Amino acid sequence: MRSTLKFAVPLAVAALALGACGTKGGDTATPAASGGAAACGNYKIGMFGALTGPNANLGIYIQNGVNLALDDYNKKHGDCKVTLENYDSQGDPTQAPALAKKAIDDKKVVGIVGPAFSGESKAADPAFNEAGLVTITPSATNPKLAENGWKTFFRALGNDATQGPAAAKYIKDTVKSTKTFVIDDASEYGKGLADIVRQDLGSQVVGNDTIQQKQTDFSASVTKVTSSGADALFFGGYSPEAAPLIKQLRDAGWKGTFVVADGVKDQSFIDNAKDAAEGTVITCPCVPADVAPEFQAAYKAKYNEDPNTYSGEGYDSATILLDGIAAGKDRASMVDFVKAYDKKGVTKQLKFDAKGESADIKVFAYKVEGGKIVSVGEIK
Amino acid sequence: MQNLIDNFFAYTITGLTIGAVYALVALGYTLVYGVLRLINFAHSEVFMYGTFAALWVVMLLGGRPGAGVGQVIFWVAMMFVAAMAMSGFIAVLLERVAYRPLRKRNAPPLIALISAIGASFVLAEIMGLRSRITGWVGLDDNLRDYVRNSRNNAGMPTIIAPQPIFTVGGYHVTNVDVFVIVGAIAIMVVLDQFVKRSRLGRGIRAVAMDPESAALMGVNRDRVIQVTFLVGGVMAGAAAVFYMLKIGITRYDAGFILGVKAFTAAVLGGIGNLRGALLGGFILGLAENYGSAVVGSQWKDVVAFVLLILILLFRPTGLLGESLGKARA
Repeated sequence: MRSTLKFAVPLAVAALALGACGTKGGDTATPAASGGAAACGNYKIGMFGALTGPNANLGIYIQNGVNLALDDYNKKHGDCKVTLENYDSQGDPTQAPALAKKAIDDKKVVGIVGPAFSGESKAADPAFNEAGLVTITPSATNPKLAENGWKTFFRALGNDATQGPAAAKYIKDTVKSTKTFVIDDASEYGKGLADIVRQDLGSQVVGNDTIQQKQTDFSASVTKVTSSGADALFFGGYSPEAAPLIKQLRDAGWKGTFVVADGVKDQSFIDNAKDAAEGTVITCPCVPADVAPEFQAAYKAKYNEDPNTYSGEGYDSATILLDGIAAGKDRASMVDFVKAYDKKGVTKQLKFDAKGESADIKVFAYKVEGGKIVSVGEIK
Repeated sequence: MQNLIDNFFAYTITGLTIGAVYALVALGYTLVYGVLRLINFAHSEVFMYGTFAALWVVMLLGGRPGAGVGQVIFWVAMMFVAAMAMSGFIAVLLERVAYRPLRKRNAPPLIALISAIGASFVLAEIMGLRSRITGWVGLDDNLRDYVRNSRNNAGMPTIIAPQPIFTVGGYHVTNVDVFVIVGAIAIMVVLDQFVKRSRLGRGIRAVAMDPESAALMGVNRDRVIQVTFLVGGVMAGAAAVFYMLKIGITRYDAGFILGVKAFTAAVLGGIGNLRGALLGGFILGLAENYGSAVVGSQWKDVVAFVLLILILLFRPTGLLGESLGKARA
């Protein structure tokens, strides 16, 4: 604690001395204000995820939610605004550590929304943990992330240990598949999820395959699926591979049900796979837009479209951090603030357990119909 | 292994289909190597621009699934025209900008190699930033559909619905498979004849064999080199059309992996050798598919490159040997 104080006081003083914030001139000279809610820290929150690159849509949906939360906050706190700092990882784990260092070195950053994907989380979170910079991920779903004892790790949604079984259940009970093929993309996220589905479906799995990210020709996988006689295929991976995969399967005349998870819940999947995407089932621990009508309306007013995958979770994650800033927390005290947080957000009751997992978890099923992703209800 | 035996023909036909695309792109590497003794590493981008030209022309003409035969033939013909023109243009431009100035100054081959890699990045990034570029020049509104999500996949409507036309060993061979394999071989026969019989082809062979003597005999070396790049680009354009008909989705970095594979195919068959490129492409496509069947799809690149190393260990000049000049003399 002592060391954090040593670090926090000069920081606050430095912020005051710079005088760049909106507080009125007279007050800034009093050192007594340090640590108090009255001082403006010119704080920033970070957005860590793919904002460009093939998976950019998923990052941008989150960023939109975060920006909306910032707008709400800055409207109320016009004299001491919080700004957003973007850390564009392109979803690439190899870029993540350098970006994490950049965020840690910027002392004004008091919390991170993200990292968005599981692979980059695994690469960046140890550094955040060491620096004591809190991260709330609105979308990384690999269960193992919570098992590392990272004090700064929080997850504002269900993980694949709930999503995987839900997907398996849906494949068994609703799709009524008896022969299921499972493919993963060897990523932290895709393989983790596919392995859970494989385990849950047991002997019903008639075949397995692993593809590579950035692969475009899936002819060997297509032959494996069609020759196995599978009536359903679960793919653990992201939309850039899901689109050509289902397209080539449909081209080869495969008629089964394509089941994917949240990594494919992205309009670009449909734009690229076109008709082949029809009927695809998507599971997601993300809450459909219509459960929070007020949020939906505000989002639509700003971006002229409905909230998309993890926009709500992004909004909630940012709101927790902003509430912390409003309560006068800095980087060091933010971790405990988030740990003790318990409030209703737009997606769910926002509360974390000892590991940083969300305490209130739901998984929903979606379906591609008429070129749109529509909700077909919670998987119970 | 059992899976491979049971579905041998399925893996074979689909392997040949992608192999045909590798082979056509490999021709570009082989032709340029033949006359310049230089690997044109930007050739993958020449192919990638072809895929986009094919995609855009289909979008422009309103291509959609389920159209009549005449309409489909027209669309495919226009895809060939657009992709070959685009790829040919990019290849010639590349030669003018990235290679000719170096050649004029007698730069060592290593410099040309670096220039090629640089040109490859520039071309790929231009495509990846196309939405911003249209924004700068103020064409955003007109071209929105063509540049949307410029760093993500771009998908083409399925204009030829794959229909099984006959069955080999349990595999339903589709019209697309047949079109790609037969089409690619036909194009390569035409190219082979062009190099063997036409005046320009003779020039290409002459420069490949001995540039200085060829110049003394009155062959315009610069012109021959330009034609070589053009022909390689046109072949990549044809490959792009087949790729879009079969895969149907491209991206600004789609050329990279395919380029590496095609280069491998060229080396496998014997770089500088046209028939070698054809053979190398088909063998590589098959090896990848068989390898995927036996050890899993994530190993397909490993299988392909192990095969390459094995063949080079025993035949360092590739299966059919090097040299465009000698093999055709």
